Amino acid sequence: MLLQEDKLKMYFTMLLIRRFEERAEELYMAGKIWGTFHLYIGEEAVATGACFALRPEDYITSTHRGHGHCIAKGADVKKMMAELMGKATGYCYGLGGSMHIADLEGGNLGATGIVGSAIPIAVGAALACKLQKNNRVVLCFFGDGAANTGAFHEAVNMAAVFKLPVVFLCENNLYAMSFPVQKAFAIPDIAERAKGYGIPGITVDGMDVLAVYEATKEAVELARSGFGPTLVEARTYRFRGHSKSDKGVYRTKEEVHMWMERCPIKRFRAHLLAEGVPEATLKDLEKKAEDLIEEAVRFAAESPEPDLEKARGMVYA
Amino acid sequence: MPEREITYAEAIREALREEMRKDPSVFLIGEDIGVYGGAFGVTQGLLEEFGAERVIDTPISETAIVGAAIGAALLGMRPVAEIMFFDFMTLCADQIVNQAAKIRFMFGGKAKVSIVFRSPAGSGTGAAGHHSGSLESWFAQIPGLRVVAPATPYDAKGLLKSAIRDDNPVIFMEHKLLYRVKGPVPEEEYTIPLGVGEVKRKGKDLTIVAYSITVRRSLEAAELLAREGIEAEVVDIRTLRPLDEEIILSSVRKTNRALVVYEPPRFGSFGAEIAALIAEKAFDYLDAPVMRLGGLEMPPPYNPNLERRIAPQVEDIVKASWELLQS
Repeated sequence: MLLQEDKLKMYFTMLLIRRFEERAEELYMAGKIWGTFHLYIGEEAVATGACFALRPEDYITSTHRGHGHCIAKGADVKKMMAELMGKATGYCYGLGGSMHIADLEGGNLGATGIVGSAIPIAVGAALACKLQKNNRVVLCFFGDGAANTGAFHEAVNMAAVFKLPVVFLCENNLYAMSFPVQKAFAIPDIAERAKGYGIPGITVDGMDVLAVYEATKEAVELARSGFGPTLVEARTYRFRGHSKSDKGVYRTKEEVHMWMERCPIKRFRAHLLAEGVPEATLKDLEKKAEDLIEEAVRFAAESPEPDLEKARGMVYA
Repeated sequence: MPEREITYAEAIREALREEMRKDPSVFLIGEDIGVYGGAFGVTQGLLEEFGAERVIDTPISETAIVGAAIGAALLGMRPVAEIMFFDFMTLCADQIVNQAAKIRFMFGGKAKVSIVFRSPAGSGTGAAGHHSGSLESWFAQIPGLRVVAPATPYDAKGLLKSAIRDDNPVIFMEHKLLYRVKGPVPEEEYTIPLGVGEVKRKGKDLTIVAYSITVRRSLEAAELLAREGIEAEVVDIRTLRPLDEEIILSSVRKTNRALVVYEPPRFGSFGAEIAALIAEKAFDYLDAPVMRLGGLEMPPPYNPNLERRIAPQVEDIVKASWELLQS
């Protein structure tokens, strides 16, 4: 049972993700961040609910749309923002950027720019957990697009036959870049695929942080007690485009509007108010999230650039 | 007491066994490596000694094998993954090239991806175009990878032990035609550092640079040349990346002629890198242009007479050596 204190932590995590993404977008528009990135706005309930089902020593693997996973796993937003600005103080010394943040000490085994490629790596981490008998679980985030890669099939099957402690969390945001799930899948729910691997599968409302939490918690417990993997599909929606190059021609304004009405943060806020949390408490958290992100932006802006010779020394161990 | 002789395959197995006994974080993962003992019998007996937890048979899933090795390595394990044929490296190329090789760098120098990818390569077994590949040049081009290609049982054992202990991903190319070749391997523990070549035969008239199977053929060619009064020096680079540049250059500075012999197609393969190195750094010492003797530009054909022709054989090396000496 979640205590109100835990729920407030969840709410704060969601706020932090939202504010991080909004500020990153502003900085991009202002030319302070370059390259591209994939914003998590709208999907905050998934990373938050799922990561709250983990113990601190558990692991995650992430995706190209990974800022939310990173924050929900407990990353330092200062080092994240510094990474987005390509600074030496970033998680990856400015060499990975938005799509490749890893926080190994914090249990985030890294994001990847190749769709689906982290799924086998999550399985390997789970294999190591089993060999090391450390009682840890790996939570593997991936999207609907990744569910159609060969890596998904090989990795989920291997985890299933070896009964590895891994939870496959499919963030189904209904589009693989522009390609809609209705065209990419001949089945209504991606979680149905679980049956083909002999593992449990469940579809949850990814706009409801508590639903994601409950489903993931059950899957994590199964994994930890040796029953092997579960496929959890969280139905969600990204409010922004796929990346910064997206002109938004494949979704209707009405559809986007409809999903924005279901904003996971608004919804959870209403839930907390209904549970008797004073509005002032929520406002305090909102202010705190804003302040933390501002501090992160300042830290990143003032941080030094990475050094080429030092980077060269990082190719080999 | 005469020195003990074992085969290349046995030498590899000994290296695996010794490292597994020494370090509990070393484990094997691959297809049919357990009860079957590996497609070429290299891992025979290891399941019995170490159990199914450390000799892990997998479904036919190269991407998942390599991904699993990477994930386990991130948690401090030292997996040795067997990819049944070098041609199948294409099936897991994303995991090797985009993940294993780059992760450490892309994570700011933090992760250690300590993995050995063992794989049988090369033509000469009548397996045709899908089971005879020599793709080592591709991987040698990737910063973050090491590429090792031993030619003798002694080198195979010593280099594999170093590869397993290395904190980086290592592509370990085993030539199928060498598996049954015997050679002296001491009982005592030894290792050979990666990135150090060896002069396998001393000579003064020309330098033959080779690795893997072509070392053996070059040595045979050198023997034939010696009967005609030609002393060829055979340099075995042993490791493609990191490359022991100095051993090549110092030999060429002495002999003033260089022949580079390699099995993959001549065009664009690693032998070209060696030729470029010599041209760049030993040009003033050369009495003739560097000569490359590589494979023919075609997929490995099935017919045994044709298959033999695509990779440099002893007689090709002898012929090329004479051409080089006369130019």
